[in-house]
Amino acid sequence: MIPASFDYESPKTLNEAITLLASREDAKLLAGGHSLLPAMKLRLASPALLIDLGRIGGLDYIRDSGETISIGALATHAAVAASRLLLASSPLLAQAACNIGDIQVRNRGTIGGSLAQAHPSADYPAAILALDANIVATSQSGERVIPAHSFFTGMFTTALRPDEIITEIRVPKTAGSGTVYKKFHHPASGYAVVGVAAVVRGATGKIDDVAIGITGVAEVAYRATAVEDALRGKPASAIAEAAKHAADKVEALGDNYASGDYRRHLAQVYTRRALQEALSSKRK
Amino acid sequence: MASNGKNNGKAKANGQWVGKRFKRKEDPRLVRGISHYTDDIKLPRLVHCVFVRSPHAHARIASINTEAARSQPGVLTVITSADIEGLGMIPCAMQMPDLKIPAHPALAKGRVRYVGEPVAVVVAEDAYTARDAAEMVAVDYEPLPVVLDIEKALQKESALIYQDFGTNKAFTHAMKSGDIEAAYKKADRVVKVRLINQRVAPTAMEPRSVVAEYLPGENRLTIWASTQIPHLLRTQVAIMVGLPEPAVRVIAPEVGGGFGSKLNVYAEDGVVPWLSMKLARPVKWTETRRESLMVTIHGRDTINYLELALKKDGTILGLRAKVLADMGAYHQLLTPLIPQLTALMLPGCYKIPAFDCEIVGVFTNKMSTDAYRGAGRPEAAYDIERIMDCAARELNLDAAKFRSKNFPQPREFPFTTAAGLLYDSANYQQSLKRALQLAGYDKLRARQKAGWKQGKYYGVGVSTYVEICAIGPSAATPAGGWESATVRIEPTGKVTVLTGASPHGQGQETTFAQLVADQLGINPDDITIIHGDTLAVPYGIGTFGSRGTAVGGTAVYYAVEKLKIKIAALAAHLLGAKPADIVIAHGRVGVKGNAKKSMPWGEIILAAYTARSIPAGFEPGMEATHFFEPSNFTFPFGTHICAVEVDPETGEIKIEKYVAVDDCGNVINPMLVDGQVQGGIAQGLSQALYEEMVYNEDGQPITGSLMDYAVPKAAHIPEFILDRTVTPTPVNPMGVKGVGEAGTIASTPCMVNAVCDALSPLGITNIDMPLKPERVWRAIAAAQAAVPPPAATTAKSARTARRTA
Amino acid sequence: MKKNVRIVINGAEHRAEVEPRLLLVHFLREVAGLTGTHIGCETSLCGACTVLLDGMAVKSCTVLAVQADGRSITTIEGLAASENLHPIQEAFWEEHGLQCGYCTPGMILCAHDLLQQNASPSEQEIRDGIGGNLCRCTGYQHIVNAVKAASRKMNQRQRAAARAAD
Repeated sequence: MIPASFDYESPKTLNEAITLLASREDAKLLAGGHSLLPAMKLRLASPALLIDLGRIGGLDYIRDSGETISIGALATHAAVAASRLLLASSPLLAQAACNIGDIQVRNRGTIGGSLAQAHPSADYPAAILALDANIVATSQSGERVIPAHSFFTGMFTTALRPDEIITEIRVPKTAGSGTVYKKFHHPASGYAVVGVAAVVRGATGKIDDVAIGITGVAEVAYRATAVEDALRGKPASAIAEAAKHAADKVEALGDNYASGDYRRHLAQVYTRRALQEALSSKRK
Repeated sequence: MASNGKNNGKAKANGQWVGKRFKRKEDPRLVRGISHYTDDIKLPRLVHCVFVRSPHAHARIASINTEAARSQPGVLTVITSADIEGLGMIPCAMQMPDLKIPAHPALAKGRVRYVGEPVAVVVAEDAYTARDAAEMVAVDYEPLPVVLDIEKALQKESALIYQDFGTNKAFTHAMKSGDIEAAYKKADRVVKVRLINQRVAPTAMEPRSVVAEYLPGENRLTIWASTQIPHLLRTQVAIMVGLPEPAVRVIAPEVGGGFGSKLNVYAEDGVVPWLSMKLARPVKWTETRRESLMVTIHGRDTINYLELALKKDGTILGLRAKVLADMGAYHQLLTPLIPQLTALMLPGCYKIPAFDCEIVGVFTNKMSTDAYRGAGRPEAAYDIERIMDCAARELNLDAAKFRSKNFPQPREFPFTTAAGLLYDSANYQQSLKRALQLAGYDKLRARQKAGWKQGKYYGVGVSTYVEICAIGPSAATPAGGWESATVRIEPTGKVTVLTGASPHGQGQETTFAQLVADQLGINPDDITIIHGDTLAVPYGIGTFGSRGTAVGGTAVYYAVEKLKIKIAALAAHLLGAKPADIVIAHGRVGVKGNAKKSMPWGEIILAAYTARSIPAGFEPGMEATHFFEPSNFTFPFGTHICAVEVDPETGEIKIEKYVAVDDCGNVINPMLVDGQVQGGIAQGLSQALYEEMVYNEDGQPITGSLMDYAVPKAAHIPEFILDRTVTPTPVNPMGVKGVGEAGTIASTPCMVNAVCDALSPLGITNIDMPLKPERVWRAIAAAQAAVPPPAATTAKSARTARRTA
Repeated sequence: MKKNVRIVINGAEHRAEVEPRLLLVHFLREVAGLTGTHIGCETSLCGACTVLLDGMAVKSCTVLAVQADGRSITTIEGLAASENLHPIQEAFWEEHGLQCGYCTPGMILCAHDLLQQNASPSEQEIRDGIGGNLCRCTGYQHIVNAVKAASRKMNQRQRAAARAAD
């Protein structure tokens, strides 16, 4: 319940934060704190310095940038879930956000914090992957845009360099596509046992393009490319067969609640259901 | 509400206050957050402690080095078993002929036997410092072989937890009636099933907490503890720390739920007071949730072999059972008692001519099991209600009709069961009928049949339970089964009720006030219930076993009756009438048939204190005490019905309807009874669906936080449809039976029956709890893989198999 | 290294020098002496420690006191503006939405946030909305009823206030 001692800085600007981060190897960034603080209270994490990003103004925006929507890294899950802009132009991220934790967690937790943690059962990664979003990381050497597909590198690991801070997430607009996030909740933690994010573009029962991100199954969220390849240009009737490839070539993780085999099976079923829903939501 | 099945003539179901939905007197302070739980207690010079616990399930302690921790600024002391030679053992209240009771020191001595066993304790000026210093206590362990599986533990080659005992068996106990061999010979069919009742964690929302303050000058030890049994705790702690009982005062302030887990005496309950005596400073310890899941007692954890011998027509001839119960590494206060309650209640609400039951307690390298809501009776109800369902299926009988066929008739009460208990009163037929109506049972069955044809798996679970409450006659309980009450009418006419029961959420501050208000013809707002302070309240037993109202309330009732006799004597004297003609009602004391002769309530009470004009032999004051010894337990019962749909592709279960018709005798406050039933059902459903305390092969608890141990959330629990039948008990004058555990006892088998019923076309007869979707999915997959599938269902099985492949 | 913080709790300012690791819930309970905010777990799941931070429900066991520096907190003790209970508190009392009372402060404050976002939630929206608060006593039915009743009360009062303003 009680974290180990640490030093604490709360920079007022991004530049200060970047400088601080570069100056200490044993520092951790604190955003909403809903991944880091629980780990610290159980003493699974004991950083020597916490750099609290909460005092940096202007990093919680959600705004229209033409082709894309730009989301500040400090936007809370609640803000993402309720964003009219996202709901109108690119709802998948909001659909994932409203599945995260609970009201209190969504009020504090931030999109940047969640992505940086890269929990294997987090909700955002599935959506970020399915959207081909870009993640903007900032360090003393400037901004770097990391495409979603190369951002998540393993369990709790990302392509972020130690001196980088996530500052923005850019998601494309998905007008004309159906989007669904379908989640099997762990009854205790609320994390995804399996979460499937689907973007489907098509008309009159034919699928023009499709993107599927899956979380909870493997040590890192992934794109179900075998399903996508089997569906492009195919009729909706191909979904059932294609969805069976949702966990192809994936090393599924198991735990006390759900084995790897079961997660793999759920990925197939939930992928099929997500695609069917996405297609029908598109038709509406 | 259904009519009474049977009335003893004494019971008054409704009064001006009794029987009414009356808002709780407890709540204004609780909804404002302004009253105090144990961890809220603050005292000058208070110090804090943190326990260092074993990371091993079984190990020899080679050495403990406390130097580094001790030298931290702010640390007062670090204590190990070597320092507490004078502190007594953690008590077990049970006595049985062959019961093995291991020595149970408050801090492990030489060996640790479960993960979390306390090894050392750090005391510091503040909790943060204590927590830091606890990390610095270095313990050198030599791991020993771990015993976890209760069936393997009984095999010859198993490692032993106690070499001295030469076995891991803690006790055996047999119970028999009738001629079981003859029953088997006569039987057309013997139905068999092996059921696992998994280990669960009670998880009261308030973790345990103890604050102790010893004042050497006064030789007074005051202990605030989150407990259900302040008096028993006082006696046991006095013995442990070596103080005379009058020097020890235990206060149970607000207690945030217990569910049996605070009906105990834990290591910390002894160590914290002992530390306060050594340091001459007040000491606080509060459990973290991780500790709570690890080292507060667990419930259930039994393996049950059941056999039911039957005639073709569904008549039960005999029940044979073997119950293996996991004790954990040590006995806590009542650990070995719990499976005895299972044996007693195994026959359920059925006529069973022959009964043969053996129970075996087994030591393992885990935390102790003990009383968790229902304590042994949920296991019994699960066993009998599950095998009743299996039998109905094998005999191709309707689950409800088959049960009804084996019920005793209302005229057969009091009814002696196969386990030798005398059930006081019941009408099982009536409750079953009402529940079937409310659930729309026939429609559910019709929809189920239609569903199966379309690959939809609807199930209906029935559970007709009976439980043992109002615990209980002292002859049948380990530490006294009575309860005490003192009722004092103060000079102003306000009433103070001191009860030995120690409610912790049940609401007896309200229900006792309703009861007394009717007895004395005054307003419940003028009545204050005091509990949970051993200095104020006469010796009492506590709140558990659905006894608070049925036993504690009855003590209050009789104490008030004594006062009414006293009031009548004084009023007769003052009003010039016969005591028999005195009427106490509506805030006045008067004479029957003479409206002019009466006095206001306040005046007559004040007269008892001023005592200027009292009859000869009248004791001044207005106070009476009653210790109520019940003549029997009570046996509430009811029928729960659950409708589910199982997703055959994923194994997910959707609860569509949950109906509960309970009979707890007369009801003092229907709103509170509903609350007890709903909370109970949720806990029982949750055992069926979600909860399981899991240890890995090394004996490490892997469901050690609320991230893994699934306490149900609001969205996991359905809306309940509730009703009652009322069959008052003749065992107490109010006709109340107890309701705290009913929901938990009934709902677990109801849920599992529903799921197994849904999957019955696949030939699935049992899935062990919790019914995690993966388990259900695997059971379905295994059933579909079995060749050949049941003929009637081949087509749809094949269809489902294709879909899930 | 200790930090100075200034936190407004229920309208009153509290200043203290604290370790950065001090959790907000401990600040409330130990420094400000407001023990109505309870602790039921260490993994941000049970919700017993829920308070309003600048009006939004948060789990005070997962916020550092230094993060709340300069901000405003409402705890259960400060929810009712006057001697009267807040409508949510009244509803919990009337509907028997509590038994042991331990989860109640957090449950009420979570319900407050929920009703701010959605003045007339459905049964399912209530059940989902209080998903971050565990209750072991009630089986949730009476809590759900209480939140519904609170919603009705608050809507009625709002309508009455609007009429009065007309």
